[in-house]
Amino acid sequence: MSEVVPILAVAELSVRIAGLHILQGVSFTVAPSGVTVLLGRNGVGKTTTLRAILGLTPRGGEVRGTVRMGDRSLAGEPTHRLVRDGLGYVPEDRCVFAGLTVTENLRLAERRGGSPAYDRVFELFPELKRRGRQRAGSLSGGQQQMLAIGRVLLNDNRLLLVDEPTKGLAPKVVTEVAEVLERVAVAVPVLLVEQNLAVVRRLASDAVVLAAGRVAWSGAADELLREAELTRSLLGVGVAGESHVPLSTPAPGSAALSSPTDGSVPVSSSSDAEVAGR
Amino acid sequence: MSTIVLLTLTGLGLAALYFLVASGLSLVFGLADVLNFAHGLFLSVGAYATWWAAGNLPGAGPSGFGFVLAVAFGVAAGAVVGMAVELVMIRPLYSRTIEQVLVTVGLSLAGVALLQATWGADPRPFPRPDWTQRVTSVLGAKVPNSGILLILAAALVLAALLGFLRYTRYGLVIRAGVENREMVTALGIDVRKAFTLVFAIGGAAAALAGALGGVYFGSVSPSQGGSLLIFAFIVVVIGGMGSVVGSAYAAVAVGLLQQFVNYYGTSGAGDICVVALLAIVLLLRPQGIAGRAATT
Ligand SMILES: Nc1ncnc2c1ncn2[C@@H]1O[C@H](COP(=O)(O)OP(=O)(O)OP(=O)(O)O)[C@@H](O)[C@H]1O
Ligand SMILES: [Mg+2]
Repeated sequence: MSEVVPILAVAELSVRIAGLHILQGVSFTVAPSGVTVLLGRNGVGKTTTLRAILGLTPRGGEVRGTVRMGDRSLAGEPTHRLVRDGLGYVPEDRCVFAGLTVTENLRLAERRGGSPAYDRVFELFPELKRRGRQRAGSLSGGQQQMLAIGRVLLNDNRLLLVDEPTKGLAPKVVTEVAEVLERVAVAVPVLLVEQNLAVVRRLASDAVVLAAGRVAWSGAADELLREAELTRSLLGVGVAGESHVPLSTPAPGSAALSSPTDGSVPVSSSSDAEVAGR
Repeated sequence: MSTIVLLTLTGLGLAALYFLVASGLSLVFGLADVLNFAHGLFLSVGAYATWWAAGNLPGAGPSGFGFVLAVAFGVAAGAVVGMAVELVMIRPLYSRTIEQVLVTVGLSLAGVALLQATWGADPRPFPRPDWTQRVTSVLGAKVPNSGILLILAAALVLAALLGFLRYTRYGLVIRAGVENREMVTALGIDVRKAFTLVFAIGGAAAALAGALGGVYFGSVSPSQGGSLLIFAFIVVVIGGMGSVVGSAYAAVAVGLLQQFVNYYGTSGAGDICVVALLAIVLLLRPQGIAGRAATT
């Protein structure tokens, strides 16, 4: 993917918050199609990276470095304008508006000047249509995640930033979310933060690994996952045989939905693992 | 019986005044996290602008349609001043709480001083249509019409605000912003526009309180806004930051409590009871009656 022009280029990104030097010169690019996954241990700064790209670093925080989307520099631009121009954000912990109904949450997300694609959202998440009048705060975690993704998909995006969409969800819902992201990524490039390696395996074409405030590794996702030793040293997890991180290749029938570099993942899998089901 | 009716209705009149000031204060705090000590100034601006318009604005006057026009002028002045305060003084200082408090306190002091320098510190007689000076007999109690006017106006403002919050795009943005401002921007919405709007709405409502309070008390003086503001703050805290409905309930509770205790106890005991009520609510329900939701 390195020969194509990236949709997003982050260079020497440095973030200090409350005296902590969280990111110390992070550089990576996001391919113009497919899923680029951002990996790293808990607290390494994945969320901080996404938020810095969006201009959401808390006040008092210090951001240095450059972020370019296409040929445009994002530094210093207000968040709402970046989002309006096609940078969609699905935050960690979903952040739906608990006091508003599902319909109101969606209506709020309609961007100015666009025509909201309710068809697309309701086709992916029929549940949201049925539950339109329900308060988002009373939705289950999985339904809230669907709302968080749905409200971003209401609009056309040039790039999606998605932060741990499967966190805390039941296996079946993890599968559903992964399927949706797989379909979405056919049309829009995604920068995904994800801890579930099975989901990573299924979705990601490229991977960037953060460690100690810097990029420790970047390259093709299947290359990273193929090398168990590499994965273990970078992420602190084993690739195969760990029950809490089940792995699988996509089911054969799903090839049409998977990203281009997928399909050659050599790790063996059990067919009933969390993400395989379809 | 007639005493109770009278106390209830005058208590509600007071509550109406509190609500008109507190609703804007509450939305401003809930949405923008701004403790606006200059909010009392909006009330004074409304009162003085109405007073000035009744004497000087062509077409406006102390009675009939002229009075409506004078009040409309006062309300518009409150909205404009609210908006200007947000744009010029608050906007550069978002998330700098200490500076904000200093600026708004300073602004309210300067405003009072300016009013005093221009029109003097003594109360000025306020223009009042004749009918507001009469009383209406309600269940044997002779209730001042100006109090009834206040109650009706506050009820109308409450209904309008709730309708605005529930059925308009900006209302939606405000309700969402009260919950999580940052996420509103992350959906591509310039939430600062909503801040300005909320200041304008709050300024207008407080100005209406100033105008109708002038009618109720019969006079206007530079320090009126400040003393009402203290109780409005108490109402906001009891009702819950950011909740219009909470402000309404809390205003009624505070107004009635004050009126009844001041009548049956010693004068001044009502204020102490209000503070006691505040302490109890803070102990039992620190987020206030209605928490941090703007509609419920
Ligand atoms: N507002 C803040 N104030 C102080 N420290 C912060 C702030 N935000 C983040 N941090 C610190 O920065 C580091 C990186 O946080 P971040 O949320 O980016 O990690 P992460 O990689 O997303 O972790 P996780 O996988 O648990 O979500 C953490 O040590 C965190 O405590
Ligand atoms: Mg995180």
